[in-house]
Formats: sequence, structure tokens, C-alpha cells
Amino acid sequence: MELILEVKSLSFSYGNGNIFEDVFFSLERGKVICILGPNGAGKSTLIKCIAGIFKPSGGSVCILGNDTSLMSNGEIARCIGYVPQQNDTIFPFRVLDFVVMGRTPHLSMFSSPQQEDIRIARESLKMVGISELEDKVTSNLSGGQLQLVLIARALTQKPSLLLLDEPTSHLDFGNQVKVLEIVRKLAVSGMSIMMNTHMPDHALLVGDNAAVLSCNRMMLVGNVIDVVTTKNMSSVYGTNVVVREIEDMARKVCIPGSELPLYK
Amino acid sequence: MENKSHTLIFLYVLPFVLIVFSLFVGRYQIQVSSVIDEIIISSYALLYGIHLPVSTDHTVLFSVRLPRIIAALLVGSALSIAGVSFQGVFRNPLVSPYILGVGSGAGFGACLGILLFDSALIIQLLAFIFGLLAMFFAIFMGKVSRGTGSLVFVLAGIIVGSIFTSLISLVKYVADPYDELPEIVFWLMGSLSTVRYEDIVWLAFPLVIGATVLLLLRWRINVLSLGDEEAKALGVDIERIRLVIILCATLVTSAAVSISGIIGWVGLVVPHIARMLVGPNYSILMPVSFVLGASFLLLVDDLARTIAATEIPLGIITSLFGAPLFAYLIKRGRLGWN
Repeated sequence: MELILEVKSLSFSYGNGNIFEDVFFSLERGKVICILGPNGAGKSTLIKCIAGIFKPSGGSVCILGNDTSLMSNGEIARCIGYVPQQNDTIFPFRVLDFVVMGRTPHLSMFSSPQQEDIRIARESLKMVGISELEDKVTSNLSGGQLQLVLIARALTQKPSLLLLDEPTSHLDFGNQVKVLEIVRKLAVSGMSIMMNTHMPDHALLVGDNAAVLSCNRMMLVGNVIDVVTTKNMSSVYGTNVVVREIEDMARKVCIPGSELPLYK
Repeated sequence: MENKSHTLIFLYVLPFVLIVFSLFVGRYQIQVSSVIDEIIISSYALLYGIHLPVSTDHTVLFSVRLPRIIAALLVGSALSIAGVSFQGVFRNPLVSPYILGVGSGAGFGACLGILLFDSALIIQLLAFIFGLLAMFFAIFMGKVSRGTGSLVFVLAGIIVGSIFTSLISLVKYVADPYDELPEIVFWLMGSLSTVRYEDIVWLAFPLVIGATVLLLLRWRINVLSLGDEEAKALGVDIERIRLVIILCATLVTSAAVSISGIIGWVGLVVPHIARMLVGPNYSILMPVSFVLGASFLLLVDDLARTIAATEIPLGIITSLFGAPLFAYLIKRGRLGWN
């Protein structure tokens, strides 16, 4: 299998102490890796280091065999699409105008998007199933729709790797499932995806691989089935967690293990 | 969509209609027919290189009104395009062209010129130089500070602006109260009453350079307005492009301020009206702000020279009309940014 992303002994620091260090993992074409870990473990920081937003303090990130520290912002953005957790756009752009901004790395400094760029943007909207939102205004969208618009914008970059920073965190149950379905669909079409999530169950649903970032380090990396286990999850989250096979669905689920105290 | 293209055509044609209209307007009465005659005769004379005896009507039309009309168009478009650019780069719809202390810097330069030299050209030159100087101070402060992002530039602008404002007060304090002080006060309120063709050339040059670069970069400002992290993830070299935009917008503002004095509100209100009309996409918003700013200031200047027996400073009219207009827009709640 073709190696898309290779992260070697990566570390990052804001100036006083490493947020994380010695992070190793790699990702093949069409595979999904889910990064798990407690709050504040540095999952978002890790994604931003890979996206080229932050400059790592050590180690290397290679995309399609090229070291990102030797690439310009534009070159990175042609290979890596970044989907932020939230978007706080000040100006309410039309959805199509917003999504076409994904063409930025392919356009020279003084040029504006052409017909072809708009066609690619429309294609991305279709891919995530929101073609009908094209003429809506971003400030009028629901959280779920906005998340899909952000994914569409990243797809418009035509990247080989998609980075999703907790794509389901602000969404209702139905929209969470919808986003996960799209993640799976994109992976099947050959996209490599790295996704941060707070829900080990989401890793079981869409992940091929999973990794745990905790205590400044990548504690576990591997097959999702090997990483998301009762023992591992209980120790990572410091609470009783159970991973069970649901037999009639032929899949595993991850749920809280202990009885919650009931105050009646 | 149909509606929108009608709006666009109207906005682009409006300045030309207003130019013709403004030629007829003024305290000195000229017959409509003789304005038309003068225009036709002068065009012929110009075309065939004939020198005609100069009538009073001719002087008023082409040496007083026309340069003023052109200056109003240029200053209005300069302030508007600078305002709309700053609003995008600083991701803040409440930012004006004077955000980096350019207004106070230029004001101080002009005051110094009035106090020490009393030559129109030197006053303009000093206004221009100190306007740019204020910006360089602000950018330098923003660059060396440990903070990142655009907020440090805004804070640096406030600091620089405040220093120059107190220097203006100092100059006012030592100025001759019968001669220099009124001139300083009048300059600070903004006016186009003394504009000549030489001033226009002087303004047009930096305006053309600055505005051209800004218009070329207009689509990138969309991407910058998404915020630093997202713009970076989309492959934009944000530090460099932000600096270029700030430089150009300041250049354009300094040039405008140096010939007109400080005219507030135009650079804030016009981009908002434009955003209301055509939306926030800079591809369209920026050229529309440009032409709308030209029309707006020309109309304001027509008012300034007709509503009273004496000339009323432009800054007063733009605030008197601009502020309530802005209040009305906020009430309408269709600002295009929330």
C-alpha cells in the first residue's frame, strides 16, 4: 500500500515544555486513523503541526514522501486539507463562494477562481451531499451543515490527506452519524483521513487504525481493534470503559462500564 | 441574480451621472445652457488645440469645479477601498482607514507644515510623510511585539494615533491663535475647497498604485478574512500578504488625507453600504466600494459647497450624515456581517 503520511519523532512546544514529543505513526492511502486521548493531550496541536499551521519543534512530517518543513504553505495545502473544529467567519459568505476558497493553493496570488474552480467546488458539495446549500449564507447554516461545508472546502483543495479536528464534537446524534458516513465514503474513494475524536466508539465505526495521545506521548498506535479495548480505554480515560461485541450487528461498541450513580 | 446585476450597473454608472450633475451645482449661478455650451466649446478647443479667450463661466467650471469634482472622486474612492481592505485583513467590520494612526500622523504633519512653512505643497508633503511614518511605527511595534495576529497591529495603531494626537494638541497650543490656529482647525475638519490640478496628480499617483494592488489581491482578502489559521491551512503566506495590503491601504489613505484633510466615516460607512448591496465577497465588494466611495464623497462635497453661504468642512458633513446613516443600517440589521 502507498504511504501517504509519515510522522517521525514529532514534538511541539509553545516555548515552555513540550506539548507532545516523539510522536510516530504513518497512514496509507484510503485509510482512516482516529486519534484518541483525554482533553488537553495535544490532539488539535498535533493536527495543526501536520497541517503546517504550527511549526514543530522537532521531528518530521512527510506527505507523499516529501518533508513538509521544506515545503511552502501553498505546496502543503495542495496535499493536505485541514478541517477546523469550528469556523468563526466574520463575514457571511455564500456557501459556494466559501467552498471555492479551497482552490487558494492552486491559484496564483493575483488571480480569482475561474469556471473550472467553481466546477470543482460544486463537485465537492455534491460529494458531501449538500449541493442544495450552494446559495445559502454560511451564517444561516446549522452546526452540522457548516461542518459539511468545511469538509467540502477541504475537498476542493484536492488533497491526498484530510485532517479532521473533532468533526462531530458540536453536532447532534444524527449529524454525527452523517459526518462519519461521509468519512467512510471518502476513505473508500481513496482519501486518507486523520481524525481527532473524543468518542472511542467513532474510532470503531470509521477507523482502520487508531492511536492514543496521552501524557505528552503517542501511547498506542495500531489496528483500531487492538487499540480500542476495554483495558486500554479504561486506562486512557481513567474511568471504567467497556468494549463489547454486539453480535447481531457484528460490530464492537465502546460504552461507559460503571453504573452511574442515580440520585433519586 | 437579475436584481443584483441591475444594482451593479447602477453603482458603476452613478459616478458619471454625478460628475455631470456636480458641474451644474454651486453658489455661483451658471445657466444650464451655458454649462453645456462651455463643455462643447472647450472640448472642441481642446481637440483642435485652439486657445479661446477665458470667460468667467469657463474658469468656474474648469478651474474651480472640475478639479474639485475629480479630487472628491479620488479621495472618496481611496478612503473606501482602504477601509474595506483593512476591515477584511483585521477581520473586523468596525475598522476604519485611520486604524493604524494614519489620520493623526498626517494631521500632525499638516499642522507642522502650517506652523513652520505655510506652503500648500509642503503641508501636503508633510501630511503624506507623517501619515506613512505613523503606519511604519505601528507596523514596527506590531512586528517586534511578542503577540501574533492582527490584533497587535490594531493596538499599535491606537498607541501611535494617541501619540500623534497629543502632538497635534501641542502644535495647536503653540500656534498663533489669529492666523495659524484657524487654518489648522479647518484642515483637521477636512475640505476640498483649495484643490488644484497639481494636487490631483499628486494624489492620483499613489492612489493608482495602491488601489491596483489592492484590487488585484481582492480575492485573497476573502481567504485572509477566514482567520490566520484557516488562511494558512489554505496555503496563504499570511504575514507577507497582510503586510502588502496594509502598506497599500495606508499609502492610499495618506495620499487622500494629505490633500483633503481628515474626513471621517467615509471609509467605515461606504464599505458597509456596499456589503449590504452586494454581499461580503471581496471580488465584487471591493470594486463596488471603490465606485460607491467616489459617488458618496462627490455628493457630500456638492452639499458642502451649496447648503450654506460659506463652505462647510467635509468632515462635519460626513459625520453628520454618516453617523445617523450607520445607526439606521444597524437598526435594519442587514449589515452583511452577522
